[in-house]
Amino acid sequence: MQATEQISMWNTIHSTGNFSERFLCGAEAVIKFSDLIRSSSLRGRHEELRGRSVIIRTGDQLASALAMIELDGIVRRMVLCPPDIRDQDLQFVAESTEADAIVSDFSESSRVPSVGLVIPCGTELTPADYDPKAVYATEWILLTSGTTGAPKMVVHSLRTLGGTIESDVSLARRPVWCTFYDMRRYGGLSIFLRAMLGGDSMVLSSTGESTASFLERAGANGVTHMSGTPSHWRRAIMSPAARKVAPPYIRMSGEIADQSTLDRVRAFYGANIAHAFASTEAGVGFVVNDGLAGFPAAWVGRKHIEVDLRVEDGSLRLRSRRNAARYIGKSDGIRDADGFVDTGDMVELRGDRYYFVGRRDGTINVGGFKVHPEEVEEVIQQHPQVRMALVRAKKSAITGALVSAEVVLATEPGSCDDQSAIQQDILQLCRNVLPPHKVPVSINIVSELPVAETGKIARCCA
Amino acid sequence: MSVRSIVMNEFDQVATRQNMHLAPLTDDLALLDSGLDSLCIAVVVSRLEDELGVDPFSANVEGAQFPVTVGDFIHLYEGAVSPKV
Repeated sequence: MQATEQISMWNTIHSTGNFSERFLCGAEAVIKFSDLIRSSSLRGRHEELRGRSVIIRTGDQLASALAMIELDGIVRRMVLCPPDIRDQDLQFVAESTEADAIVSDFSESSRVPSVGLVIPCGTELTPADYDPKAVYATEWILLTSGTTGAPKMVVHSLRTLGGTIESDVSLARRPVWCTFYDMRRYGGLSIFLRAMLGGDSMVLSSTGESTASFLERAGANGVTHMSGTPSHWRRAIMSPAARKVAPPYIRMSGEIADQSTLDRVRAFYGANIAHAFASTEAGVGFVVNDGLAGFPAAWVGRKHIEVDLRVEDGSLRLRSRRNAARYIGKSDGIRDADGFVDTGDMVELRGDRYYFVGRRDGTINVGGFKVHPEEVEEVIQQHPQVRMALVRAKKSAITGALVSAEVVLATEPGSCDDQSAIQQDILQLCRNVLPPHKVPVSINIVSELPVAETGKIARCCA
Repeated sequence: MSVRSIVMNEFDQVATRQNMHLAPLTDDLALLDSGLDSLCIAVVVSRLEDELGVDPFSANVEGAQFPVTVGDFIHLYEGAVSPKV
């Protein structure tokens, strides 16, 4: 039976043309689009992956990017691994997604006992008799952190990921996109697809690369459209290499964009500055181009550029063709009965604008990385002298927020010295098991914590 | 203790805690070349707020620039603290 040909990444890229000018720049290599024709980053072994559920696990972002271009439409399912995925989570993800192959550049551990087929990939292209016949509407699986520590697996497709929003900037030449984000996460992936499907070029970031060297590389490649979290941008303007880039268009997303950061970055670069709202589940919601924090209240309750916005119980809900389809391995759906995704982001109406005020579940956003208070509380509560702990956000002008903890001890500390020793002890415990951004900046010992009527510790969003 | 030595001391302490190697601190050294990443710098700022009672970063001063060098960073605190002493 002949399957119908699907729209795939490669045939869309191919139809946009302009191959002689376009490029994809990684930390180690620059790939010209013309080099992609009749070549393979998988040493020509893509046919072995046809119809499979494939995990893409690389250190280098460019290697992941090339594998995605080659495999969309060929494989049934593509699982994108962020760089910091833990071995036990990789095993869990492989089982949940019924993965039967891994594509790896071997710079990261990719041992998963249940997956037999490992196909090498990299940034070196080899000539291949590539038949890019796309017969699958490939599922793109993105991982996002869950409350329990195990990642949530969100199902997207090229159609939901590629639904773009126009930027207001018109340029004499085609844009060169660039993002501080890792392109295996939603924020980076949406920019990557935007550039690839829109006929543009892109500079990818690289795990472990210094801000200065990334800015230099981006500048040398002539970036025009650059995105990152407000924290990425605050870090950029603190870098001696800040002036190596001069993007006419800057976009912030992934954290609440406050007015002072918007103003500072606009003043520094003299660029058009926008901030976007997006989440892995809801996709890109909207882009705010007027340079002001928050968004116009008039957008709520009606269709605004292909998205329906609703505010219910204080949280923002979105319905659009960019919404993810579902979760893997979770009974609850992504959308409610009316087809809206509850983002869990709380908004407050002030005048004629809505402003973001934090997460309903108390999730703390440290420079774009999510921290669930429960996972830090659980660690603190392992300390024998701790009765209960409450973790909340502390504002930071550098990373947006930091983690701070209040702790009730089982017995009153004898002296100030005892108290200080316990604080140090708890911090050490946290440092031993948590990544640095989840370690509290302070441990405050208190005599009691507010308990809500449900019997749970009262959490209010910051 | 001077503001300068309080700031320097926090750099040392945070670097030690995070097992990061701190470069010899001079006024011309770029903050992000000091060996501390932006998370560490955020921690330093938070601890200095507890110690000195000011956070010059959050103060929304018209035209205020983010510091690039260690010297800029120290001057920012000296400027924020001294008028009150």
